[in-house]
Amino acid sequence: MSVFSLLIMFFKIGLFTFGGGYAMLPLLRTEVVNKHRLMEEDELLDIYAIGQCTPGIIAINVATFVGYKQKGVLGAICATLGMILPSLIIITLVATILKNYMHNRYVSYAFAGIRVCVVALIADVVYDLWRKNVKLLSDKIIFVLAVLLLVFFNVGAMWIVIISAVTAWGLSELKRYKRK
Amino acid sequence: MIYVLLFCEFFKIGMFAIGGGLVTVPFLFDLSEKYTWFSIKELSNMIAISESTPGPLGVNMATYAGFSAEGIMGGIIATLGLVAPSVIAIIIIAKLMDKYKCNTIVHDILAGIRPAVLALILLAGMEIAEMSVTNVLSGALFAILLVSIHFWKKSPIFYLCLSAIIGIALKL
Repeated sequence: MSVFSLLIMFFKIGLFTFGGGYAMLPLLRTEVVNKHRLMEEDELLDIYAIGQCTPGIIAINVATFVGYKQKGVLGAICATLGMILPSLIIITLVATILKNYMHNRYVSYAFAGIRVCVVALIADVVYDLWRKNVKLLSDKIIFVLAVLLLVFFNVGAMWIVIISAVTAWGLSELKRYKRK
Repeated sequence: MIYVLLFCEFFKIGMFAIGGGLVTVPFLFDLSEKYTWFSIKELSNMIAISESTPGPLGVNMATYAGFSAEGIMGGIIATLGLVAPSVIAIIIIAKLMDKYKCNTIVHDILAGIRPAVLALILLAGMEIAEMSVTNVLSGALFAILLVSIHFWKKSPIFYLCLSAIIGIALKL
């Protein structure tokens, strides 16, 4: 597969994906595994797992990985460019148009409604994440620690991630030590 | 100069926003407090637009935030900043593939970050709520939406469009 067709393939995937990185898996599978036969399904799922546990947003990680496997560094860059181009074009257009209408009374009513919906969508994501990821005592400790740091010390998001990573590492070592 | 700043700020987000979707929101929240690029109100409009347009949520958010800060070039620079850490990290990992298979320590650390990310998203959501759910009317809409979203898993775009119509009808 040429570098250019990699770019086109990921442009298509970016164009038809709505939402987060998980939403793109079905489309990615159709293109990469079934249509172009670039790899087996197992390999794609492995790449997904790695995409989840490396820095960066999942969709971009997966695109970079698939591109790299095909055509090295240049392939990685082209796949990623393909993935971000639809966003760049569409968001720039939408943002430009909206900027001129934001002062319209009806547009501002519509967005007042939309912002309420955004809060409800976030609440649903939070509930979902809580059910899936907060099970053990150590999870609860890290959650409470993060909330306390955020509320009382106004710590930035980046430091919350770093502090929780260190805490999780410590707790994991402690668990291993106890088992021995 | 602002382009260098934009690139660096979004590079940092790309490096620390592990996961997908809404993870970038708390980071953008910090940016809205640190700079005058966009307000919290604009940030929640961005979330809505990014959810209802094609493309990965995180990438859309970066493009929009960069655009609000510094126009079309700002959008491009912010997005490139966001994806740069991914490209670098994945290329390194792909080269060392056999050694890096999400070993137990990496796994434990990542599992440990998730509750903290959850707390980040929760508090960012509460700040947005404070500004959006301000009276009985919007409170009632919020309660109805919350229940509907939970029980009828329709696409977010459906609920966002519905809320826009309700917003106009009720003159929120």
